[in-house]
Amino acid sequence: MNTLQTYVQTPDAKTAYDARWQRVMDCVALKQPDRMPTAFMATFWLAKYGGISYRQLMYDYEKTKEIAERALLEFEPDSPAPTMLAIATGNALEAIGYKQLQWPGHGTRDDQPYQYLDREYMKADEYDDFLFDPTGFYLQKYLPRVAAVFEGLEELPYLPGLHYFRLVAAVRLFAKPGVRAALENLMKAAETVDAWAGHHADFTRRIAAKGFPMSYVATAVSPYDLLADYFRGATGMMKDLYRNKDKLLAMLDKAATFLVRQTLASSKAFGHPIVFIPIHWAPDAFMSDAQFKTFWWPSFRKMLIGLIEGGVIPMPLWEADCTKRLATIRDIPPGKCIYWFERTDMVKAFEVLGDVVALRGNISPSLMTTGTPAQVDAAVKHLVDNVFNKGGKLILDGAFGIPDETPVENVRAMFTAARKYAG
Amino acid sequence: MADMTDQEQQLVTWLADMNEDDAFALAKKMLVEEGANPLRVLELCRNAMDIVGKRFEKGEYFLPELVLAGEMLENIGTIAKPLIKQAPGGEPKKLAKVLIGTVHGDLHDIGKNIVTFMLDINGFEVKDIGIDVPVQTFVDEINRFKPDLVGLSGFLTLAFDSMKETIEAIRDAGLRDHLKIMIGGGQVDDTVRSYTGADAFGTNAIDAVSLCKNWMGVAA
Repeated sequence: MNTLQTYVQTPDAKTAYDARWQRVMDCVALKQPDRMPTAFMATFWLAKYGGISYRQLMYDYEKTKEIAERALLEFEPDSPAPTMLAIATGNALEAIGYKQLQWPGHGTRDDQPYQYLDREYMKADEYDDFLFDPTGFYLQKYLPRVAAVFEGLEELPYLPGLHYFRLVAAVRLFAKPGVRAALENLMKAAETVDAWAGHHADFTRRIAAKGFPMSYVATAVSPYDLLADYFRGATGMMKDLYRNKDKLLAMLDKAATFLVRQTLASSKAFGHPIVFIPIHWAPDAFMSDAQFKTFWWPSFRKMLIGLIEGGVIPMPLWEADCTKRLATIRDIPPGKCIYWFERTDMVKAFEVLGDVVALRGNISPSLMTTGTPAQVDAAVKHLVDNVFNKGGKLILDGAFGIPDETPVENVRAMFTAARKYAG
Repeated sequence: MADMTDQEQQLVTWLADMNEDDAFALAKKMLVEEGANPLRVLELCRNAMDIVGKRFEKGEYFLPELVLAGEMLENIGTIAKPLIKQAPGGEPKKLAKVLIGTVHGDLHDIGKNIVTFMLDINGFEVKDIGIDVPVQTFVDEINRFKPDLVGLSGFLTLAFDSMKETIEAIRDAGLRDHLKIMIGGGQVDDTVRSYTGADAFGTNAIDAVSLCKNWMGVAA
C-alpha cells in the first residue's frame, strides 16, 4: 500500500507513548495512574480547527491527517481517537454507495455533519428469515438495501442445502448479470476502502512516532442497538417490544454471539484491545427498568463477557442520561472495561461503579459550545475534585468528545485545566 | 367517564394496557358489526390515551408505550373516521395552539413526534411542521397558524445555533412578545436555553406538557 510512509519514533517519543498508554491501562486495571489521562475525540470539530469545510475533512486524507496531528501536538492528549476511520470516510462511503447516512456533499451541506437515516431496513415479518440464516439474510436482503455496491446479490443462489451436482449447477448463478456486476463493483470499491484503511494505518504510525497511542480502533454495537438502529428503525423496534417479543429476544441473543465473534476478529486485525461501543438505546428515558433488564442488558452483558474473555477492553459510551441503569450495568468483572458517560452525572457514576470500571467523559456539550474558558476550567476542576482525586479512574473527555461547534479556546481550557488540577 | 358500559370499559383497559390485538378487534367489532357511534369510540380512545399519558408521567410507561399507543389510536381512527356522518361538533375546546418543529440542519424527529402526541392527548392543538425547518418557515407558520406556544426541537449540537437564529428571526419579525418558546432535545439544558433566548427547555415530553400547561394557567 503506497499510503504508508516511514516514521521514526525517537526514544523520547517512545517514552511519551508508553506513558500515555500506561495511564489508560492503569485506569482500566483500577490502579492509580501517574496523572489523570485525557482523551481527544474530535470529528468535524477538526474542520473548524483547521479552517476547512466538513466536506474537505471527509475527502482530503492528507489535509485531515495534518490538521489532526497539529491538534494532537497542541493539546497533547493521552488517548486520541482514530480520526481517519471516524471522519475521513467520504471516499469509502461513496465507493460502496452507502444508503443509511447523509454526509457533507451527499445529502447535507458542506458544513453539516453526518445524519443517519432512521428507517426500517428489515421488516417486522422478516425476523424468521434473519433468525434462521443471518448470513443469507445479509447477502440477499440486508446488504443490497443498505449499500448500492451489493445490489445484484439478491440473485445469488440459496446456499444452505446445496450439495453434489446441485452444488455444481448452482455455480452458474454467479454469472448472472446482477451477481457479476455486484462482484465487479465490490472489487473496485474494496480498493477504495482499502486505501482509506491504509490512510488510517499511516496516521496511526505517524502519531505513534510523535508519542501518541490510539484510544481505540475497532468499534462495535450492542445487540439491541444493532437491531434498533440498523435493522428495524427506532419506532419499529419499540413496537417489537410488544408485537414480536419472543423473536426479538431470540434475535438479540443470537446477535450477542455473532457480534462477539466479529468484534474479536476486528480487534485482532487492528491489533488494538480497546473497542469503542457507542450505546444509543440504554438511556433512562427510553424504556422502563423492567424492559431494560429484559431486552437491553442481558444480550449486551453476554457480549461484554464474551469480549472480555477474548482479551478485549470494551469501551461503551453510554449516551444521554443512564443514571437509573448504573446498578444494573455494574454487573461485570472488575478492571476490564472503560465506561464512558455522556450526560450521566459522573460523580454518581463514580459512586456506583468506581470499583468496577474506568470512567471516561464528560464535560457537557452545551458548556463546551456556548460557555467560557473559565466555565470549562471549573467543570474540569469539579470532575478532578469529585472523581479523580477521590480515587476515580477517570479519563477526561468531552461528553461525546469535542462538539463540532466548540470554540477552540474552550478545548484549550479543557486540556489546560486537566494539567493544572490533575498533573 | 363514569357512564361506560362493560364493553366500553374493556376497550379502554385493553388500550391503556397495550393489549393491541384485543383492543383493535373489539374496536373493529363495535364499529363495523355493532354500529357503535364512531365519535364515542374515539372518545374512549382519548380516555385510554389519558391513562397512558398519566402512566408515562408516573414513570410506568416510556417511549415504546407512547409509540404503540399512537399507532393503536391511528389504526382505530382509520376505521372510525370514515364512519363519522355528522360534523364532529362535540370536540372539546383546545387549551392552546402549539407550533412545533425540528430546527434547520437537524433531521431528528422521534422526540418531537412524542411531544406532539403528548400535547395532543393533553388537549392542545398542535401543528407539527416537520424537520430541518428553515428559520423563515417558522416565522411564516407563526403568522399563519397564530400559535400561543412554539416548540423548537433539536438533537445535534448544531441545533443550538439554529434555535438561536430561529428565535432571533421570530423577534425581528415582531412576533416574540406574543409567544412562549420552549426548546427540547437530548442535548439541551439551561445553558442552551439562555444561549438561544428561549423561555424554557425540556428534555422529555412530560416537561413539554407541564411547561405548556403552566403557561396557559392550567393545572399540570
